Amino acid sequence: MIVVIDYKVGNVESVCNAFRHIGCEAELSRDPVRIEKATGLVLPGVAAFGYAMEALGAAAEPVQRAAQTGKPILGICVGHQLLFDESTEYGPHAGLGLIRGTVVPVPPEQTVPHMGWNLVEMPAEMDLFAGLGPAKHFYFAHSYYARVEDARARIAQVEYGSRLTASVQKGNIYGVQFHPEKSSTQGLHVLKNFHALCGKREA
Amino acid sequence: MLTKRVIPCLDVKDNRVVKGVNFLNLRDAGDPVELGARYSDTGADELVFLDITATIRSRKTIVDMVRRVAENVFIPFTVGGGVRTLDQIDELLRSGAEKVSVNTAAVQNPDLIAEAAQRFGNQCVVLAIDARRSKTRTGHWQVCVKAGSEPTDVDVVEWAERGEHLGAGEILLTSMDADGTLAGYDNELNKAVSDAVNIPVIASGGAGTLDHLYDAIVKGGADAVLMASITHFGNYTITQIKEHLRDRGLPMNL
Repeated sequence: MIVVIDYKVGNVESVCNAFRHIGCEAELSRDPVRIEKATGLVLPGVAAFGYAMEALGAAAEPVQRAAQTGKPILGICVGHQLLFDESTEYGPHAGLGLIRGTVVPVPPEQTVPHMGWNLVEMPAEMDLFAGLGPAKHFYFAHSYYARVEDARARIAQVEYGSRLTASVQKGNIYGVQFHPEKSSTQGLHVLKNFHALCGKREA
Repeated sequence: MLTKRVIPCLDVKDNRVVKGVNFLNLRDAGDPVELGARYSDTGADELVFLDITATIRSRKTIVDMVRRVAENVFIPFTVGGGVRTLDQIDELLRSGAEKVSVNTAAVQNPDLIAEAAQRFGNQCVVLAIDARRSKTRTGHWQVCVKAGSEPTDVDVVEWAERGEHLGAGEILLTSMDADGTLAGYDNELNKAVSDAVNIPVIASGGAGTLDHLYDAIVKGGADAVLMASITHFGNYTITQIKEHLRDRGLPMNL
């Protein structure tokens, strides 16, 4: 069972809907026992950074513990940003610190938020993109992005005036700046790949 | 490269999709969940659902509809119509909407935009503006509220700028003069607003031909085009629209 962390705010149900649609079991919870038992965790992409981090509250520690045990963790949009050290959205806020890096504004020379379908170039060695080919469009909706400063992290990028981080992977920690649950068949494929990674560990 | 978005708009009344001309003379266009799923399957980039009755009774129906849409549609969708409070926004987002649009309530209480942006992130706050050409000031448009029935003294371009400043993540700009006429978007309006703000602008009202859509993006500076009549009643498919725009040189998600 994949546990989607419930921040009690915003559109958290869509990720569960998407997992159910592809025949994967997922439940919404913030209970430390459920988090501990889960095969994988998803930090969904809703709310502003500070609000999401605050909403995570007591669930932050079990998530960090799970990260150390090698449990696959997928952060989506703001959930992906929470994986890093800190963000400057509405003032400085500390993140989970699972991957070294800072969350900074999308350069203002472009229309902000970066909203819509953009082409992600997907390095073949990144697990989440297995079977999808070299590039696909995914749905983005964000005003901040993660500047990755972690030498051990792999990244996929998207072109938007400059090159922004679209996805990150460091060991068992995965992040996508786009919304796979809202990115049609290719998005569902990413979630299937994540589910498969969770299953591998179970077996 | 970021692609231009093609967004069918589903006006919902008594759990049916309807479409009128200049906000009047409604025609039935089907079940919202079925139509939404069909648009998603046939390549729409996004969907907008507007509760055009927006009564206390319709509120519950809309939340149920949002839940059913979210179980069947895996592209982003915006919900709006009569949204007045942070709790209503929260309920719609929690039910599966990606974004919520605010219109009349934001004009009456602009802080709603700021509060929603801080709590939910500005990417899910859409400022919907119903614009009507001013009869007294050339090159100006008036913000209309209450489903367009009530003109205000608020200037559309100034309101759009203020909305951006307050934290709106996107502007859904409807020309009431052009809506449902199939005679083309008001690109003077689209241009005036898209030049004034740095957030995405969705052009709405008046799409009748494929070239109208192209013009809204190129002449009007819109990031996305909203349409209803031309796709609901089978004149064009989403694929035809996107192929046309791609063939004319625009970046599309095809």
